[in-house]
Amino acid sequence: MTEELVRKSAAELGALLAAREISAEEVTRAHLDRIAAVDGDVHAFLHVSNAALGTAAAIDAARGDGAELGPLAGVPVAIKDVLCTLDMPSTAGSRILEGWVPPYDATPVSRMRKAGLVPLGKTNMDEFAMGSSTEHSAFGPTRNPWDLDRIPGGSGGGSAAAVAAFEAPLALGSDTGGSIRQPAAVTGTVGVKPTYGGVSRYGAIALASSLDQVGPVSRTVLDAALLHDVIGGHDPRDSTSIDEEWPSFAAAARAGAEAESLKGLRVGVVKELDSPGFQAGVSQRFHEALELLTAAGAEIVEVSAPHFEYAVAAYYVILPAEASSNLAKFDSVRFGLRVTPPGGWTVEDVMAATREAGFGAEVKRRIILGTYALSAGYYEAYYGSAQKVRTLIQRDFAAAFDHADVLVSPAAPTTAFRIGEKVDDPMAMYLNDVTTIPANLAGIPGMALPAGLAPEDGLPVGFQVMAPAREDARLYRVGATLERLLGERWGGPILDKAPALG
Amino acid sequence: MPEITPDVVRHLAGLARIALTDEEIRTLTPQLDVIVESVAKVREVATSDVPATSHPIPLSNVFRPDVPGETLTPQEALAGAPEHDGSRFRVSAILGEEQ
Repeated sequence: MTEELVRKSAAELGALLAAREISAEEVTRAHLDRIAAVDGDVHAFLHVSNAALGTAAAIDAARGDGAELGPLAGVPVAIKDVLCTLDMPSTAGSRILEGWVPPYDATPVSRMRKAGLVPLGKTNMDEFAMGSSTEHSAFGPTRNPWDLDRIPGGSGGGSAAAVAAFEAPLALGSDTGGSIRQPAAVTGTVGVKPTYGGVSRYGAIALASSLDQVGPVSRTVLDAALLHDVIGGHDPRDSTSIDEEWPSFAAAARAGAEAESLKGLRVGVVKELDSPGFQAGVSQRFHEALELLTAAGAEIVEVSAPHFEYAVAAYYVILPAEASSNLAKFDSVRFGLRVTPPGGWTVEDVMAATREAGFGAEVKRRIILGTYALSAGYYEAYYGSAQKVRTLIQRDFAAAFDHADVLVSPAAPTTAFRIGEKVDDPMAMYLNDVTTIPANLAGIPGMALPAGLAPEDGLPVGFQVMAPAREDARLYRVGATLERLLGERWGGPILDKAPALG
Repeated sequence: MPEITPDVVRHLAGLARIALTDEEIRTLTPQLDVIVESVAKVREVATSDVPATSHPIPLSNVFRPDVPGETLTPQEALAGAPEHDGSRFRVSAILGEEQ
């Protein structure tokens, strides 16, 4: 029963719960048992909630009393440790916040609680979301359920590994340059970065405020849509939150799953992201997926985005600049670690010793880089120029969307690499995000979904769909159609091919 | 652009309030040099006629009604502090002897 329950999608669990064929307590217990069985190997979780069964029992009681509950009420969810939670530590993968329990819930978390989802725990991540492998977590790496010697992507490797290992049907992530989509790509799961401002950032420990966006992590397109419907929408506590009504993403996903044909859909292949130097199997699966879309009636058009080649450079100016400013709050005074150095006694001595002890190597690297980019004399040359590149990339997207309804690319240039392979080569690590960064710079939504396994290593390949700002529904519609077409070809979900754990 | 030297890194670490060790400075210096050289590419296309974008989805004048909102209690605000006296954060000395 446990094994059966943990392999069900959130939509299926929601339906079984609504029909009272299973209880939230049973579903939650099944996932806690699964975590106990496999997380010693996977290490997706930094903290497992001791309140989950109680929360589930309360949902069951409410349902028993005839309360009107949402479609995900009683469904368990894992939460990336970057999001503040009242009842669980929130460390963002950093020693400087070890054990810190916030005095408030992040808005996506409070909305999930209100919708009756059951928080299972907090998932591992690169420290302050700086990384593409989860190796920069202060609490040890997460391992890819497809091959425990390989990275699960990052920064949200914990959330992606948790859903890929059937430890949770759903998870929350955050995506600043690909931290939801790249882990989805390398673990054979689904991840969505919504339009900037589509989901509140209130209570998300900030990395780069003009790029960060919270979004859903799941095994199916419909599940991501259901979770997006719960967490999205205007929040007055985030001044960058878009104050508009959003359509039902679940309805869009269902329509896409049922669509007979893609006739009339223009799919733009971004020439600059069409596998330049990418792993052969990634390119192969990407092109096979394009053929499926064509066979279903979609029109493939080639579009060019000439400034994308500057995207990674612009990103690694803007992100460190914003991060160096955001992370100034870790000053040993209001929360987190305090280290008093021998012989040092002013607040500046304490602050510098605290930050030296509390931050890991990658965080220090980016803070120093950001401090350089923002320092007098270099500000215009670096930060100012990077902001102009941002304009050029937005223009490239606008021109591309004149010719295409959605844009597509591989979601990551390679399959999962080995733990330790790139950890000492920051530039090689940064180039992992070449496919995902443009969407963050422009604020547009993007989805990664499985495209198959690379023939050379048998590891998952991700397919990325991007849509214009505010058109997140297109991702779910097109993504659900492609998911169905691929599933028909594979004879089932891609994760059925993953090795057994535990 | 001046190259990234150990002295530059030491200066930046001081500005960023991180007490880097000499060994960290030795490791970081060549790494930052590679990264800075690589990101300098942004200057190639950032001509004067291109406006800067600071926010992807521009919004302006985002205000809320000027009435007291929900706030943390002092106990909640102090709950995560390394040191406090029950109503205030306790900090180390602000000024050194030479100041």
